[in-house]
Amino acid sequence: MNVGVISFPGSNCDRDCHFVCNDILKQSSRLIWHQETSLKNIDLVILPGGFSYGDYLRTGAIARFSPIMDSIIEFASHGGLVLGICNGFQILLEVGLLPGAMLRNTHLSFICENVSIKVENADTPFTNQFSVDQILNIPIAHAEGNYYADSTTLSTLHEHGQIVFRYCSGNGTLTNESNPNGSLDHIAGICNQTRNVLGMMPHPERSAEAVLGSTDGILLFNSVLNTFEKSES
Amino acid sequence: MSSISTPITKELIAQHGLSDDEYQQILTHLGREPNLTELGVFSVMWSEHCSYKSSRVHLKRLPTEGERVVQGPGENAGAVDIGDGLAAVFKIESHNHPSFIEPFQGAATGVGGILRDIFTMGARPIALLDSLRFGELDVAKNRHLLKGVVSGISWYGNCIGVPTIGGEIAFNDIYSKNPLVNVFCLGIVEKDKLLKGLAQGVGNPVLYIGAKTGRDGIHGATMASDSFDDQSDAKRPNVQVGDPFLEKLLLEVCLEFLEKDLLIGIQDMGAAGLTSSSCEMASRSNTGIELDVAHVPCREPNMTPYEMLLSESQERMLLVAKPGKQEEVIAICHKWGIDAAIIGKVTDDGMLRIKEHGATVAEIPAKALAEEGPRYERPIQAPQYQEMLQSLLVDNLPDVKNPADVLLQLLRSPTIASKQWVSRQFDHMVGTNTMVRPGSDAAVVRIKGTNKALAMTTDGNSRYCLLNPYIGGTLAVAEAARNLACSGAIPIGVSDCLNFGNPERSDVMWQFVVALEGISDACRHLNIPVVSGNVSFYNETNGLSIYPTPVLGMVGLIEPAHLVTTQWFKHAGDQIVQLGETNEDLGGTEYLKLIHNREQGNPPWLDLDREQALQRLLIQSIRQELLESAHDCSEGGLAVTLSECCLSHPFQPLGASIQLDQKRLRVDALLFGESPSRAIVTVSPQNMKSFLNIAQEQGVSASIIGEVGGTELSISVVAESKTEIGKLNLPVETLTEAWSLSFEQHMNQ
Repeated sequence: MNVGVISFPGSNCDRDCHFVCNDILKQSSRLIWHQETSLKNIDLVILPGGFSYGDYLRTGAIARFSPIMDSIIEFASHGGLVLGICNGFQILLEVGLLPGAMLRNTHLSFICENVSIKVENADTPFTNQFSVDQILNIPIAHAEGNYYADSTTLSTLHEHGQIVFRYCSGNGTLTNESNPNGSLDHIAGICNQTRNVLGMMPHPERSAEAVLGSTDGILLFNSVLNTFEKSES
Repeated sequence: MSSISTPITKELIAQHGLSDDEYQQILTHLGREPNLTELGVFSVMWSEHCSYKSSRVHLKRLPTEGERVVQGPGENAGAVDIGDGLAAVFKIESHNHPSFIEPFQGAATGVGGILRDIFTMGARPIALLDSLRFGELDVAKNRHLLKGVVSGISWYGNCIGVPTIGGEIAFNDIYSKNPLVNVFCLGIVEKDKLLKGLAQGVGNPVLYIGAKTGRDGIHGATMASDSFDDQSDAKRPNVQVGDPFLEKLLLEVCLEFLEKDLLIGIQDMGAAGLTSSSCEMASRSNTGIELDVAHVPCREPNMTPYEMLLSESQERMLLVAKPGKQEEVIAICHKWGIDAAIIGKVTDDGMLRIKEHGATVAEIPAKALAEEGPRYERPIQAPQYQEMLQSLLVDNLPDVKNPADVLLQLLRSPTIASKQWVSRQFDHMVGTNTMVRPGSDAAVVRIKGTNKALAMTTDGNSRYCLLNPYIGGTLAVAEAARNLACSGAIPIGVSDCLNFGNPERSDVMWQFVVALEGISDACRHLNIPVVSGNVSFYNETNGLSIYPTPVLGMVGLIEPAHLVTTQWFKHAGDQIVQLGETNEDLGGTEYLKLIHNREQGNPPWLDLDREQALQRLLIQSIRQELLESAHDCSEGGLAVTLSECCLSHPFQPLGASIQLDQKRLRVDALLFGESPSRAIVTVSPQNMKSFLNIAQEQGVSASIIGEVGGTELSISVVAESKTEIGKLNLPVETLTEAWSLSFEQHMNQ
């Protein structure tokens, strides 16, 4: 599988994602500078976390205009797999590949800690190695992860099984205390209707090795690899 | 103002913070009167902050050599060999004055400054730690300062993507008008690619890259070399404004230069900006530098040479390119969208020569500004109040009646309580190296591509240093090293940040010299070289100096990485062992301050041989995989240490039942005294015999004091007669609640 991790100016999880794909997953991975205009032979595009353009305007609002974005939209429209993590999710919202928007966390502070999330849909190219209702222990690190969408959009998301991850307590219940940022309906990650574009606030690349405290995130990468291998065979 | 024609008056000299004697030295160096630009340049370079004029003669005392040392003090940062062809580059630095005036930007630019010190050496920064001191949180202003500082660190560190993995915060009223913000940063570089601040090769181009120069921070270094009074808020324009996004670009640009081997030398434009970087690079290399300020990228028009030379605009670098490589340097900068300009060249005449459109506006021997600046051996005198501070008649204090209540009070006190409210605002995981997050004795990162990990800690107890600067200095080193040893790391180097009051006062100078002696002796004994550091004087407001506060940022190596050990209890049934002995050490303790409202007495004497033996035992037994957990015993004593072992497990806190022999000690000394050279470790029953054998070999006292298990921490103190004379019984949940919620409650009051 060929993975392309996009480096925007200010991305800071690009090397971390590259490390997981290259060194843990043992796949071919390369960093793609945002000014490139072609993806070439890429099977998975990752929009990594960080502070593209310093997040000085609105998270992801400037990165969506980067030259590489046109080819990513094109790639996604042909079913190509696109994973946006944290700032990457925010960029996907800004560019319109996913519906909704991000608000500041309700407590107005940056928050970095491990949270529990529940798998709501295990039937996507990104989650086929999980089971529905499986609870993952995974880190978040953001100031603007408070997902918002209007009620029509929210019903559409529910209707099409687009809500992939939700924040929950350690035993899987959806409580206010376990919603770290005030996100609408506890949403932690969503996909598009064709399920080839996933955006999520938690960082699977930070929970891909036992040495870092959790391996729940590696299953997401394994799911993509599984999807790729099936499509090849 | 026209710098050439302005006459140099006595008032102008005084405004620039220069003494008459220093002005005479300027005349000697120049052989003529300086113009205003030159006066400004001398004033910043000879400020305490840049010149170390009061401390330099004493700093020589520190041990700076060791077999691992690649770069000692004198460069942007120190570097230590960690094997595999790699070096760890690290330094700790203060940003106290700006953080008091403008906490958000003051702290943010403190982070930015130390990061640049690391990546100018060619190292990619992989960890930040902060050591902070504030006044007590019941004062609204102190909460405001803390919030501002934490947001500033969070904003800058998170954005640039370097994890803030640890540090410490302590509270005392003495810091109400002079908080301390010390930031430590560590980076990794291939040892033979280490870059230095050199300006070699006559004719080589000197380049300016990064942010445009503005009028911000002019005389920041002079401000940092002065005491404060109630009008200090008016100095807010002296504080610089940070841009972490630009710094992130600068970081990637510098590392690309390194990869492509384009540079002779590079230096951060920190305090005193363009002036200090150029004259220090020239001075180190025995060369000169000629700059034309007309080429300097400026944020606003009509800036004078004086302003450009003294500006402390952030996120700027000065570098000397290898011959013929300047175009490639500029192309890389443009790829990342940052400014770059050739502004001068290296010369052979030893002068810092500044031109403006070809006309010389300042001309000063580089060495006069750097190495040959003033040096003072200021008067030293132990203060008269010292004896009173050290006198403490413990017998006049009532012994503890209700230990459970005291323990909860200690756990709730902001200095001891969980700082999660702070650390969760810092991205402590970016980079995917963090093995031990904030909340254990030391933070630990793995080094990718190796089988190694580095442990880091910052430590310093200013109350000990106030009461006895020598002992305080030794204890700070010992505690830092012990924290590392508890994680399984061998200390390999230290960076010191020496925060003191006004050096023109003989009592402050005495504290400085004596504390430094303590630090030197302890580092020498424990074989830990000091490779970098920073002195911050004039931490004084309205004539009141802070407690002497040396802070040590220490680094240790763990190999192989999986040996990393944490402080929390792991399994029910493990045996709890106290290493080291408890004596009647109540002087200078948190207990005495919180419960008896006294900051008095002599801090506990540190026996360096005993300390070394303890640390050897910890490291050796961790290497043999005999320990399940290890926790340094420090502020709050044994009872707090045991509580932390119970409650700090990230998922599954565990209780413990403990029995302590009174050994004719007061119960408060036994539970809350702070005897050094102690640690609490847990050992599984099958490993106990081997462990006790090693303890005996190393000559360390090891007593089994209890067992892990249950949901309560119960401590029973038993007299020689076998009667129970003190008891404490608390559910771990109650301990956790006291410890983990208190900080937020204090902040929201």
